[in-house]
Amino acid sequence: MAGFAPVSGLIGGALIGLAATILMLTIGRIAGVCGIAVNAMTDYDGSGRLWRVAFLLGLPLGAMLVGAAGLKDWSHLQFQASLPVTVVAGFVVGVGATFGSGCTSGHGICGLARFSTRSIVATATFIAAAVATVFVIRHVL
Amino acid sequence: MPVIWSLLAGVIFGAGLMISDMVNPARVLAFLDVAGSWDATLMFVMAGGLAVTIVGYGLVLRRAAPLACERFDLPTKRRIDLPLVGGSALFGIGWGLAGICPGPAFTALPTLEPKVLLFVGAMLIGMIFANLWRSGPAKQEQPPVKTSPELA
Repeated sequence: MAGFAPVSGLIGGALIGLAATILMLTIGRIAGVCGIAVNAMTDYDGSGRLWRVAFLLGLPLGAMLVGAAGLKDWSHLQFQASLPVTVVAGFVVGVGATFGSGCTSGHGICGLARFSTRSIVATATFIAAAVATVFVIRHVL
Repeated sequence: MPVIWSLLAGVIFGAGLMISDMVNPARVLAFLDVAGSWDATLMFVMAGGLAVTIVGYGLVLRRAAPLACERFDLPTKRRIDLPLVGGSALFGIGWGLAGICPGPAFTALPTLEPKVLLFVGAMLIGMIFANLWRSGPAKQEQPPVKTSPELA
């Protein structure tokens, strides 16, 4: 894996911020991937479903455009967790982000940018929990 | 056309996750592994994202309304409660287990990597499960949870 990459990190982060700003400016919505996914599935009258599905489809589309432009490719991606652990992780992420009303994007970018106390607490909590989990897996077990 | 705007936002968001390499679980885990060979890249992604969003929201939220809709739809909850803290702790544990969170999970779908596909499937099931639990019979008198504004 390539090492520390602050410049592409900053540029990529700025694009995420631009996306969040565009979504707020145009349709007045928070760019939280978890909330968008949950509501895309549970918004039964359908009126709020289309824009959410479009956003979620845009995510892989944007990555494919970056790939097509030759800026990045998929080949270096490493999925280090085993398949069973990954499945458990997916379920836990879905449950946790739904109860916690947001994930890295909703709380970590959009919520923090609004200086929301709930998002500050949520972000500190999930980063601490994630750091503790990785510490236990890599250095204790 | 809200759909065009949200598609555009999604495309730019996904491009950002790809360029910053946040789609790479190994990169995310290297940030979370503070006792290993620490990789601070994720901090720069958050810094770049926050810098633009703080300025962007600061300008946008001065407006009376968004461009293509009637009003801004912002979270209204203020209370620090158990679902927020407990849910976030659970989310962090899951994030630390595999190094994948919802945005990068959707973004990495074109890899067709079985782990990504199964992660997304399990995540969506977890979301439906938690949503059903939240809006269970004991809480029927509360407002319906669909399109809940508190969900960031």
